[in-house]
Amino acid sequence: MASSPRVALFVTCLVDMHRPSIGFAALKLLKQAGCTVEIPRAQTCCGQPAYNAGDRATARALALSILDAFAGYDYIVAPSGSCAGMIRHHLPALIENDPNLAARARELGAKTYELVSFLTDVMGVTSVSARLEETVTYHDSCSGLRELGIHDQPRALLGTVTGLSIKEMADPDVCCGFGGTFCVKYPEVSARMAKDKIDDIASTGATTVLAGDLGCLLNIAGRASRENVPVMVRHVAEVLADMTTDLPPIGAPRQS
Amino acid sequence: MRPTSSAFIANAHKAIADAGLQKALARSKTNWQARRAAALAGLPEFEALRDAGRSIKRHVMSNLDFYLEEYAGRVEQAGGQVHWCATADEAREAVLRICRQAEARTVTKGKSMVSEELGLNEYLEEHGIVPVETDLGEYILQLRNEPPSHITGPAFHLNREDWEESFREHHTHLAADRVFAERKDIVAEARGVLRDRFTIADVGITGANFLIAETGSSVIVTNEGNGDLTQTLPKVHIVLATIEKVVPTLEDCATFLRLLARSATGQDISVYTTFSTGPRRAPDLDGPSEYHVVLVDNGRSSMLGTDFQEMLHCIRCAACMNHCPVYSVVGGHAYGWVYPGPLGAVLDPALIGLDEAKHLPAASTFCGKCESVCPMKIPLPKMMRHWRERAFERQLNPPVERSMLRLWAFLAQRPALYRLGTRIAARMMAIFGGKNGKFSRLPLASGWTDARDMPAPEGDTFFARYAREERAGRI
Ligand code: SF4
Repeated sequence: MASSPRVALFVTCLVDMHRPSIGFAALKLLKQAGCTVEIPRAQTCCGQPAYNAGDRATARALALSILDAFAGYDYIVAPSGSCAGMIRHHLPALIENDPNLAARARELGAKTYELVSFLTDVMGVTSVSARLEETVTYHDSCSGLRELGIHDQPRALLGTVTGLSIKEMADPDVCCGFGGTFCVKYPEVSARMAKDKIDDIASTGATTVLAGDLGCLLNIAGRASRENVPVMVRHVAEVLADMTTDLPPIGAPRQS
Repeated sequence: MRPTSSAFIANAHKAIADAGLQKALARSKTNWQARRAAALAGLPEFEALRDAGRSIKRHVMSNLDFYLEEYAGRVEQAGGQVHWCATADEAREAVLRICRQAEARTVTKGKSMVSEELGLNEYLEEHGIVPVETDLGEYILQLRNEPPSHITGPAFHLNREDWEESFREHHTHLAADRVFAERKDIVAEARGVLRDRFTIADVGITGANFLIAETGSSVIVTNEGNGDLTQTLPKVHIVLATIEKVVPTLEDCATFLRLLARSATGQDISVYTTFSTGPRRAPDLDGPSEYHVVLVDNGRSSMLGTDFQEMLHCIRCAACMNHCPVYSVVGGHAYGWVYPGPLGAVLDPALIGLDEAKHLPAASTFCGKCESVCPMKIPLPKMMRHWRERAFERQLNPPVERSMLRLWAFLAQRPALYRLGTRIAARMMAIFGGKNGKFSRLPLASGWTDARDMPAPEGDTFFARYAREERAGRI
């Protein structure tokens, strides 16, 4: 591999629409790590809404566009364990019966990583130059943890942020209740799960909660706000890229 | 048991509001989860055992007819009888026939989920036979006329106060000052009552955790010893088991026993593991004079060769529900049929139909915890997704969801149009919600805002901002 791998950033649909700063944080971190970053224009969504709703045909159609949009890069990196897991594991499964494309899908899957684990495991990043004077607690998003084995990597890098201390919550690996369309189809169940998560977060006394998936973060921020629990909610990349000074936490009033 | 799975949302609503239930469910962490974790910590070869178990099951499922025939042959050699039943009706009738032949009035029962599946108690009662549950949990549920809410701890949803209340209502001999402060007081009371019933029962019905092909034995695992009394005291013993319970050898059975006890209760081995082979033989001091196996299919064989075949590997340890964040919020009854939790979300649609059970595979975040703890490594989320695909094909999901999905799919496949649409939406939302940073109500998104606020987006989309930065030469 060349010393400066060509990385395609998969921005993810939620980050694109809701919190583009996470995309810029990813861009900054990847460049700092020595990657040449490109942003394929034809990308939209990884297809999970269709895939998880049982609409396999649409999921497959999107998988095919992803195959094209992300062809020819050394790596594909997404600031989301869930979307990276979709491309890494589920996209090959969607295409496995197509002898023409199966190998390409598997190859693409194997080159796809979640941002933080890519920085540590592939690029060998061991520290970041960032500052945040807060006590944070880290929520392990389900797909990142169980599909991609992301657990130690974000904690290791967060440990090098000046002024930051980590306080673990009771069950960081228990689902926050987001689950894509689950959270709108079963709002009451989802809200109860989110409440349990927020109780665990609040018990740590941490001022900020971090995670690597915007879906979970929107759910946690939205529920914390509904319950008037004053915890700041951020994507881990914002902290690692030292962007917290100018960027209000998720769901906080705009600074003007 | 009549299913109420189609009312999952209402069932869940009731469950979440039920303070007693929530108190009981909170025990999952300290009881099941912590004990399992401790047991696994002491068994480094657990992963290897899981793989071994899985490959035995795979082998059995590809040769199920062979092992069932071998098993049945051995049962008959040992003097027992096998009753092959394709449907629930056939199984109920077979049990009734055996009871009638024995002129049974009272039947004692060990814990059996298959019996719940068949609705056997009601059926026997309708035919003038009194079934008596002898498992403590099942016994209290029988008094309360409730179905189990959990497959290994059927009365998991009850608190000590509930037990006391039911005893005081039904055990009229109880002294008013009798205290039920601890679990052992409850056990003592139930044991006292049940002991008499054991001695008058004409037939004993047990389930089976495993059926061993090489010996024709059935195996039950309990912690109370009630199963042993159920199968040895009456003159007739009926084993009620489904076809996927067969394993080739005693050795294989040992592999599963090690996985089962640890996954279920965190024990190295359950207190009682009882093997029974045929009726009493000449030198035996006790045991039944008749031994029947009612071997039930009831939908299992139709899962063979499908996306759901691996569900037949399940050893009913309950680890999946003990670790499920949805089960731990709604409890077992919300699922509305015999098998709750992730196991039920896959199995129930196969047994009672997707029209009734469509919510169960849908009501999952796919967090993957169940698969990670399942001793048989059954890919439960993947199979739930397969059910969602079936539901989607049959248009069983709500029309609104389908049209939203269609709109989204249309846009997501047209990047230019998608860019425009998301840009407008993000801008609008930022304008209206930006000052507070959130929305507490949103048109078209009440599913979200009923349960939580919606944080406002930053304003422009990533792609719009990126294009601007690029034009300005800042990137
Ligand atoms: S699905 Fe797995 S975890 Fe659940 S009961 Fe069956 S064997 Fe146990």
